[in-house]
Amino acid sequence: MMANSGTLALVAWLLPALSFLVLAIVYPLRRLGKPAAWFSVLCAAGAFASAVMAWRIQSVAAHPVHLVWPWLPSAGKTIADVGVLVDAQSTIMLCLVSLVALLVQFYSLGYLHDEPMPALGRYYAYQSLFAFSMMGLALAPNLLQLFMCWELVGLCSYLLIGFWYQRPSAARAAVKAFWITKAGDVGMLIGIVMLYRTAGTWDVTELHSLAATNAIPLAGLSIITFCLYLGAMGKSAQFPFHVWLPDAMEGPTPVSALIHAATMVTAGVYLLVRTDFLFALTPNVLLIVAWIGAFTALLAAVLACVQDDIKRVLAYSTVSQLGYMMTAIGAGVAGAGFLHLLTHGLFKALLFLGAGSVIHAVGSNDLPNMGGLAKRMPQTATVFIVGTLSLAGIPFFGGYVSKEEILGAVYGAHLTGPFALLMLVAGLTAFYMFRVVFLAFFGTPARVAVAAPAHAAHAAAPHATPSRVAHAALHNEAVVEGAHVNEVPHAHEPPMTMLLPLWILAIGAMVVGVMSTLHLGGFSVAEPAEVAPGWLTPSAVGVALAGIALAWATYQTRVINPVSLANAFAPIRAAALRKFWIDDIFEALYGVILLGFSRIVGWTDRYIVDGLLNLVSDWTVQAGDELRGIQTGKPQDYVYGIGAGVLVLILLMRLVF
Amino acid sequence: MGLQPYVLLSATIFCIGLFGVTTRRNTIGILLGVELMMNAVNINLVAFARYTGVAAGMIFTVFTICITVTEAALGLAIVILLFRVRRTVMADHLDLLKG
Repeated sequence: MMANSGTLALVAWLLPALSFLVLAIVYPLRRLGKPAAWFSVLCAAGAFASAVMAWRIQSVAAHPVHLVWPWLPSAGKTIADVGVLVDAQSTIMLCLVSLVALLVQFYSLGYLHDEPMPALGRYYAYQSLFAFSMMGLALAPNLLQLFMCWELVGLCSYLLIGFWYQRPSAARAAVKAFWITKAGDVGMLIGIVMLYRTAGTWDVTELHSLAATNAIPLAGLSIITFCLYLGAMGKSAQFPFHVWLPDAMEGPTPVSALIHAATMVTAGVYLLVRTDFLFALTPNVLLIVAWIGAFTALLAAVLACVQDDIKRVLAYSTVSQLGYMMTAIGAGVAGAGFLHLLTHGLFKALLFLGAGSVIHAVGSNDLPNMGGLAKRMPQTATVFIVGTLSLAGIPFFGGYVSKEEILGAVYGAHLTGPFALLMLVAGLTAFYMFRVVFLAFFGTPARVAVAAPAHAAHAAAPHATPSRVAHAALHNEAVVEGAHVNEVPHAHEPPMTMLLPLWILAIGAMVVGVMSTLHLGGFSVAEPAEVAPGWLTPSAVGVALAGIALAWATYQTRVINPVSLANAFAPIRAAALRKFWIDDIFEALYGVILLGFSRIVGWTDRYIVDGLLNLVSDWTVQAGDELRGIQTGKPQDYVYGIGAGVLVLILLMRLVF
Repeated sequence: MGLQPYVLLSATIFCIGLFGVTTRRNTIGILLGVELMMNAVNINLVAFARYTGVAAGMIFTVFTICITVTEAALGLAIVILLFRVRRTVMADHLDLLKG
């Protein structure tokens, strides 16, 4: 029977696994590259089709489908199952993951066209493994399967950030991402183990019914939810764990689109959405979630304003939007956060893929190397602007309704502080995104390198340094070594394989935006929003429009001199260019606390543990040295010794016993 | 005759043997001393066996004599080997165990 959403979801989940296994095991196929890529794309397409069908069935179904097999059997009942929990949330997440995975895999065919074939095969194997893990995470019926998939996506993220592992910065970024998310994951592991001790189950449905009947003891629950939140903080790049995400841009741009914007980083939000009934029992933790979310949103938005690397702007904007989602969850309206997760997934993938096609054409990540691209790449410019308007929250575009829902929810929860921060962020978001648009697509073309291979270009365009930002005139330094500089940029539209995904995502973002703005049927993932005051929507849109206007005045018409604008915010700007010293603090923590502790441990081992042992052995040696004189080697002396011994024994017998 | 002369004889021979063992430099001399001490013990055993009328002492003595023979053969063989290797059988030259 085809109309079984459980089976369909299972198919969607296992198709990428099949692709991964085939690519991993069939060595010749992987080495061939192109056929491997097509196989992976086909599997992703199949997964997307099944996911959509599962969603179509499940969105009208009354009950979630539980399709599980025992995994860790024990006396009485199983400790954990493995399988799929198919409900409205998980299927729509499945659709998002499989759609973006499919489009990104398709896009990568064009983007990575000059990659060596074996590396391409490896890339698609990783991509398939990622799709499998992320879908397993979305469909997980219990927290243990979720945790395992959680770790798997972390592994894929590591592998794909370090895809160009010959480059030291990429290898370092991969390790950084791995360790920082791992720091959160330790918290999460502790959290789920404690949850099992408290509630006796990992099953999401069972936990839900336990929570509904108040069967979960509240004592200590705050610690558990906070531990779960720690995991989400690491994965979803919340302050202070956000430092890995901008560095993760070392990976290929499609990877950034899929993993570090649309899907994996939202896993933390998804976890909180999945367990929101637990968080609802611990309002104090929710308050922390809301404040950290809002603060992260603001911090990242400020950081995004000073970045010159187009991918880093987008990365910080992702951090900022994740902060939005977290704030909504903190306000107790997880549905709004989930809705924003979905729309954000669409338009952020679109923005990243658009940025990828710009980088592909220009051969550099740096905004000063771009300019006037709208004439040469009209299609890319159009879809990029659609994505930007969605992100800015303009009506009829993707992110509008979800953003309003979040603002309404936060306002409704009487979180005035986070609400004010989020309103400010709304303006900043519009400003920094349109800064990118005006600098990259309008204005005068810069002297740029002739379309060099994109990945070679990244190598020469690492982190924006203060001096580089201050002296835009020096931007030629970012030009790839060996690629010759030309007055006339040869930027051109990317091939169809890259344009098609862009258009699909742009149309998707538009359709979602129009439908949700006009409240057209079926678009109600979120619970009905709290009644927001009437002034909220116009003011939020107004703030966004003000941000756009400021960007337009500064970077397009140059009514406001960018330099004087920068000078007006000089202290903040200087701090933001140093990333608010957060990386430095981490380094200092590492250098002082961890290395200091290691030194103490090393000293203890060397001088106390080893010292004691050496002392004992020295004593033994010395005592032996002193006593060796007794051994004369003459047989007669031994006879005397025996005689003396016998005498002593006799005396002992006489006197003692 | 009573027990006393036998025991006295045995003690004398034992002391002569012990004197030989402790004073001789030559390894063969030491071996001879050891033999004398063994025989002193044998005399003692036989004397007491006769005195008490328990046959066990006699049987022990037969065993001891057998063992003494093999011991003498082994000891001499070792001394000969020693002489081959070290070109000496003087006990005070054989002090490899000296600390």
